[in-house]
Amino acid sequence: MYGKGLRPLSLLTAASVALTLAAVFFWAPNDAYLGFLQKIFYLHVPLAIVTLCGFVAAGLMAVAHLRTRDPRWDVRSYVAIHISLIFGVVVLISGSIWARGAWGHWWVWNEPTLVSFLLVMLLYATYQPLRFAIEDPERQSRYASVFAITAGAFVPINFAIVRLSPAFVHPRTLSNISGNLPGRMQAVFYLALATAALLWVTLWRFEMTAKHVAAQLRRLRKLLGEETDDAPVRRSAAPSLTGVGSIS
Amino acid sequence: MNPPHSTEVVRALVVAQLRLELRTFESLPAMCLFAVTTFVLFHFGLNVDRVSSDLASGVLWVTLLLAALLGINRIYVADAEQGGFDAFLLSPAQRPTLFVAKTMVLLAYMAVVEVVALPAFAILLLEPSLWNALPGLLGALALGNLGVAIIGALVGALAVRTQARDLLGPLVSLPLLVPVLIGVAGWTAPLLHYPQALAVAGRWPLVLALYDGIFGLIAFALFDFLLED
Amino acid sequence: MIASALPLHTAGPYVAAAYIAFFVIVLIYVAIMASKLTRSERALTELTEQVEQRPRASDEGP
Repeated sequence: MYGKGLRPLSLLTAASVALTLAAVFFWAPNDAYLGFLQKIFYLHVPLAIVTLCGFVAAGLMAVAHLRTRDPRWDVRSYVAIHISLIFGVVVLISGSIWARGAWGHWWVWNEPTLVSFLLVMLLYATYQPLRFAIEDPERQSRYASVFAITAGAFVPINFAIVRLSPAFVHPRTLSNISGNLPGRMQAVFYLALATAALLWVTLWRFEMTAKHVAAQLRRLRKLLGEETDDAPVRRSAAPSLTGVGSIS
Repeated sequence: MNPPHSTEVVRALVVAQLRLELRTFESLPAMCLFAVTTFVLFHFGLNVDRVSSDLASGVLWVTLLLAALLGINRIYVADAEQGGFDAFLLSPAQRPTLFVAKTMVLLAYMAVVEVVALPAFAILLLEPSLWNALPGLLGALALGNLGVAIIGALVGALAVRTQARDLLGPLVSLPLLVPVLIGVAGWTAPLLHYPQALAVAGRWPLVLALYDGIFGLIAFALFDFLLED
Repeated sequence: MIASALPLHTAGPYVAAAYIAFFVIVLIYVAIMASKLTRSERALTELTEQVEQRPRASDEGP
């Protein structure tokens, strides 16, 4: 049916997560300077990288949507932003926990990646309210794509500019950690990065499948006359695939 | 009949909007008053009599930014409510000219607000002399205003035809404006140092110019898609 | 300015909290999606059965 390949993909992801956890806690050496707390970086940094790539990917999907006017691209973009938002929340929480452990505060302003990330999340948090505030589905998709492209361009530029800000002239722990890792740590880091990417793709396909099934259901119900066209339409922030013929 | 040249269209649009504003005074007095009132708020909130350096730069720019937010929605409200968008779409004019026109209108609004806000700031809160800082400050104002105008013109068009326009405009604009704030605040802070020292703008002009340029191009390319209905 | 090494017994809870937060959030999301998906698929199979059992004549178009 739909979501073919989803089961093997999920199994692969689960195995990858398990392998990564084992590697992080039993194979990677403890950092001489930061100690056990450094283990958070294997979670925080890969997820952050994948989240940002996800936002940029959503922007590219939005470009495809505006060029082809195919509503499937809008759905793909919407789901990409949705998954990245969820990952982003984990990034902020893990970053905050790390800050608490390392600096004693639940938030620090002198870590540029964390600050840039907060800005990006604040921007994308407006995506859903924006969609919800537009009733016409076609206009909603179009405006959402304009937003996704603007925000997607904002992600890399914002990171560059925040780094330039005077507060960040001091050596930064996060970038030092992810930049110059010795052998084993680097291997585990890349493994964690691959796992995070795999997880993102799996969840993305998972949600796309759910949307396809829901749309197919609606279509069937309409055909069977169980739902009429003049039933009150609930306002929704989510794009749907109901009008679309085939699968992604 | 020849279609009107783009610059003529832009000029016509800008003049029309400015004329409307001069007739109705719907936005500018409020924006100026808002800026002055915000300075007073900062006095009470921060409990300071005089500010300099980083604090002065921050107070000035946050105030200008917030005043700009008021303007961003205002420049589209008349179009949205009185069918101005439709009239524009029916005309033979190129669509991005509306974006350029709105950007220039916002630039003009910001300039007017600053003519009022800067002296008010100097009188109410600023420690060092504004006059000495002015040459450098003008550069920061120019590039900062441009960034605000570009993002405001894009986001305003996005927000005005939604159901929560007063909320979405500021919410979407502010994260996008933070890099502009970082740039202008970084540039202005050494200018407002007390006692005054020779200040170098450093990399900020380039950063701001790049940001303005990149988002100017993006907004110019995307604006079409917002007007389509 | 760089954090000095926290011993295992103090850093442990922080690391655990971060990883647990990750799992909880992802699992909640997966659970919500999975329940939506199973509900939809069940309804889909039900409807397909309904269609196959209905007499031809009463099959209505939109």
